[in-house]
Amino acid sequence: MLRVDVVKQLGEFSLRATFETEGRVTGLFGASGAGKTSLVSMIAGLLRPDRGTISIDGEIMDDTAKAIHVPAWRRRIGYVFQDARLFPHLDVAQNLDYGRRMNRLADDPTQRKRVTELLDIGHLLDRRPGKLSGGERQRVALGRALLSKPRLLLLDEPLGSLDEGRRAEILPYLVRLRDEARIPMVYVSHDPAELRQLATQIVLLKGGRVTSVGGVKVLSG
Amino acid sequence: MFDITPTEWIAILLSLRVATVATLVATPLGIALAYVLARRDFWGKSLLDALIHLPLVLPPVVTGYLLLLAFGRRGPIGAFLADNFGIVFAFRWTGAALSCGVMSFPLLVRPMRLSIEAVDRRLEQAAETLGAAPWRVFFDVTLPLALPGVLAGMVLGFAKAIGEFGATITFVSNIPGETQTISSAIYSLIQTPDGDTAALRLVIISMVIAVAALIGSEWFARRATKRLHGN
Repeated sequence: MLRVDVVKQLGEFSLRATFETEGRVTGLFGASGAGKTSLVSMIAGLLRPDRGTISIDGEIMDDTAKAIHVPAWRRRIGYVFQDARLFPHLDVAQNLDYGRRMNRLADDPTQRKRVTELLDIGHLLDRRPGKLSGGERQRVALGRALLSKPRLLLLDEPLGSLDEGRRAEILPYLVRLRDEARIPMVYVSHDPAELRQLATQIVLLKGGRVTSVGGVKVLSG
Repeated sequence: MFDITPTEWIAILLSLRVATVATLVATPLGIALAYVLARRDFWGKSLLDALIHLPLVLPPVVTGYLLLLAFGRRGPIGAFLADNFGIVFAFRWTGAALSCGVMSFPLLVRPMRLSIEAVDRRLEQAAETLGAAPWRVFFDVTLPLALPGVLAGMVLGFAKAIGEFGATITFVSNIPGETQTISSAIYSLIQTPDGDTAALRLVIISMVIAVAALIGSEWFARRATKRLHGN
């Protein structure tokens, strides 16, 4: 379970968000500028809230009153960015293996095989990110985050930088991921159609405030 | 014309040794300072920046004299190092390496700083979310991506160190076999009545070294860039 109760001032923009979700895929919905990315950055630990608490399954990640801030690298929260952010100096196989190495996890060929097959990236392993298409890059980024065995996966508009065709190419992988990977996810999007296909629960964000929390039907409300 | 005398050989080898040691010692320090200047905000940052650049704008003789005051046998740092660690700089080749290191430092740091500033911080964040501790982020992401600039800084520093004259001769004098580098050997030769040919020989050699260093850096930078972004 993810509990968020934070306040953050970013220049002129103020973000105050309180919500609690339990679902497999929490859809974080809002127009651009609603504060979605700032919110997931705080959950990931890349941004510190001014005030408030963040906890995952009862484990406190942030609690400003108690001066607790678990740094991003100790949170075990996977993050798939809109712009993939693959390491350009490493090939795809090394990119995929990075999180496992950093978390000192045992080599797990079965898991690696499962993820590369799920995302259909097995044939890209010895390529550099510079030689991949946008869709391939995003799939590798997904695989990289998954293979670090996170307790929560944040997906910040992973289809946002792709054109219509590419989106249709990735979306099925995301659905498979939801049904097979057993990792709770927070999926950020400004596209209701995308969220209807993926999310099990919705958090609506508007101008830095949570306006409603509920099932996918809040998208139409 | 091309018979290099033993004295000249000694000066050439000494120059290479002094510049190599100066560059190798200055590099880790330069990378650390470049990183701090590129990525951290702290009180006194502009002061630190100014201090690093000081040898670039001060007359070399002033830098050399300041080094003599601080690192000479009776200087506070010099006496401390000599008494406690047996490290002596005054009138030794180590002193030449120190002055060359100080004089070349601003040139060495600058490309390193610029290349670290150019590293995409979003990639560092990605590494963090994958569980990389800050020092791992530095060695796995920041440093490899900044490598072309780091190498460029090293070569530029080396080239400057090879040619350093004013501060070195002020600090450690011009002792053949100990502190007489190519530059101070040329200086001595052009003061001697029949030294012209020998001086010219050393001039050509120093030009060859400088050009080789520049070509070398270009090659390294291109290779590093290719390794980073190509296949």
